[in-house]
Amino acid sequence: MATDVTSGAGVASAADLAGEGVVASAGAGGQEVLHVAPGRYLEVVGALRESGYEMCADLCAVDYLRHLERPLPEGTAAERFEIVVNLVSLQHRRRVRLRVQVPEDDPVLPTLFNLYPGTENMEREAFDMFGIRFEGHPDLTRILMPDDWEGHPLRKDYSVGRVPVQFKEAPGPR
Amino acid sequence: MNDEDLVAETSEGLQEMQDREETSPEELTIEEGGALLLPEGLVVDPADMDVEFGDDETMIINMGPQHPSTHGVLRIMMELEGETVLRSKPVIGYLHTGMEKTGEGLTYVQGSTNVTRMDYLSPLSNELVLSLAVEELLGIEIPPRATWIRMLMVELNRISSHVLWMATNGMDLASTSMMIYGFREREMVLTFFEKTTGLRMNHDYIRPGGVAADLPDGWEDDVTAIADTIPGRLDEYDEMLTGQPIFKQRTEGVGLISPELAVAMSATGPILRASGVAWDLRRAMPYLAYDEVDFDVIVGTVGDTYDRYAVRLNEIRESCKIVRQCVEMMPRGDYRAQDKKVTPPPRARIDESMEALIHHFKIFTRGFEVPPGEVYTAVESPRGELGCYLVSDGSNKPYRMHIRAPSFVNLQSLPPLLRGGMIADAIAVISSVDPVMGEVDR
Repeated sequence: MATDVTSGAGVASAADLAGEGVVASAGAGGQEVLHVAPGRYLEVVGALRESGYEMCADLCAVDYLRHLERPLPEGTAAERFEIVVNLVSLQHRRRVRLRVQVPEDDPVLPTLFNLYPGTENMEREAFDMFGIRFEGHPDLTRILMPDDWEGHPLRKDYSVGRVPVQFKEAPGPR
Repeated sequence: MNDEDLVAETSEGLQEMQDREETSPEELTIEEGGALLLPEGLVVDPADMDVEFGDDETMIINMGPQHPSTHGVLRIMMELEGETVLRSKPVIGYLHTGMEKTGEGLTYVQGSTNVTRMDYLSPLSNELVLSLAVEELLGIEIPPRATWIRMLMVELNRISSHVLWMATNGMDLASTSMMIYGFREREMVLTFFEKTTGLRMNHDYIRPGGVAADLPDGWEDDVTAIADTIPGRLDEYDEMLTGQPIFKQRTEGVGLISPELAVAMSATGPILRASGVAWDLRRAMPYLAYDEVDFDVIVGTVGDTYDRYAVRLNEIRESCKIVRQCVEMMPRGDYRAQDKKVTPPPRARIDESMEALIHHFKIFTRGFEVPPGEVYTAVESPRGELGCYLVSDGSNKPYRMHIRAPSFVNLQSLPPLLRGGMIADAIAVISSVDPVMGEVDR
């Protein structure tokens, strides 16, 4: 394991990858954030993996239905959903966060499974909770909710308490 | 596309494993983990693998969700050939209570009471990661004493969590004395927690801005007693388990995972370290004051169940070392940031000042507003990287609170770990992954 903490030599920095469809910005606490267009998502993640980000630590979705006017860098059009991917470079001890805008009318992204198989559960969770589909995922099914559940609970238009508490004799959600 | 379409596409035959004949080579390579290990572009030929198709008799059984060895409501579908596990799939969600959704309805002040219930064996790590995220967005500095108190408490929590793991692992491997001993040791730590926080579990002690209360009088003696007693007890465990032939036979060479696969599966914590990757966030990306204390990152060599046991056992020793240093180096000063926005006034002031009463009331009812933004913080919980992705829209409640739960991610490593092993070994392997279902399902 490399012990060189200070220099990130060998790891693509956010600036290196910035270009058409990729905008780098600094998040809170000096964290490196890349805003990636959906079309270049797979390509950018692949390039980052090549440059030393071996692990995908986290993948989650955000529904910006009630917060559409969030600050985004120039050149990034705000959409309802966002997929946030956290990559870690173990050898260089760095993190980078990717934010991808996903439109509401067609919430589809390519899966990262072939690059980072560890995203399997995370993508299933994002599908289950937000209804974002990942093309090419080997097993895109509900993971936390029951199979026959309708709707995606973490969406902002899915209100708390709309389903009666599921006691045995209580009326079901439908 | 509306909701119905999305569900219609997936609600047929879910959570079921297909018949063996219907398994495509692609799916099989995924199960094998082969596609994961190879460089991109290389495809595994199913004929190269040690899996026979077709005429053999395989059987699918469900282990759980009410199996005592699954450490909660975890169900594992296993495809067996004789007693050998071929494919397996963890089925989760039985304990899903929508804590991330709940978190969006609670203020930042209430937030830690929610997250503390996720990983109920290390509640303080959960509170810590949320507090770090909120503080990052608020841009407030917390005083050194609060930092060190947090570190002390989280390390004690790591001891109690690992000791409880030793207990349940012992029980799974039919060493019931270990279970009794483990719970006894954990009780020492929980007693100290109760003295400090008022509760044995679910403390809500680490809050945005610092900690809820200062350490009680005489805490040094209590903590030193713990740090002095536990290592001696660990030596007893060593005699009882580490070198014991039956224990070694049940764990050595069982549930192997290579470092490449562990990294590919995003496994963190003892699973990753046991496979030989020295990745500990306390060392790699220090938070709190971990760069000021001296401790070792415990690394395994083989990546089997025995290594994961050894890593956890020795991490308890390292935690004891950190706890001792916390006692020596604990700075004086305030235990919470004196930021009027997030810190309630001292209790004594409330009796004499109307403004203080209003201030106190405001903080605990309305909470405080956090500037818009998004942040990801991560800490090393006893189970691995515990992360919190927090989005604020400027109100007093988080717009989105996502917890990257280590158990949830680590469970993905289970199918490759179980593959090719005996069903009796599966018990040892599941235990060695140390899933906490409250955190898996959230």
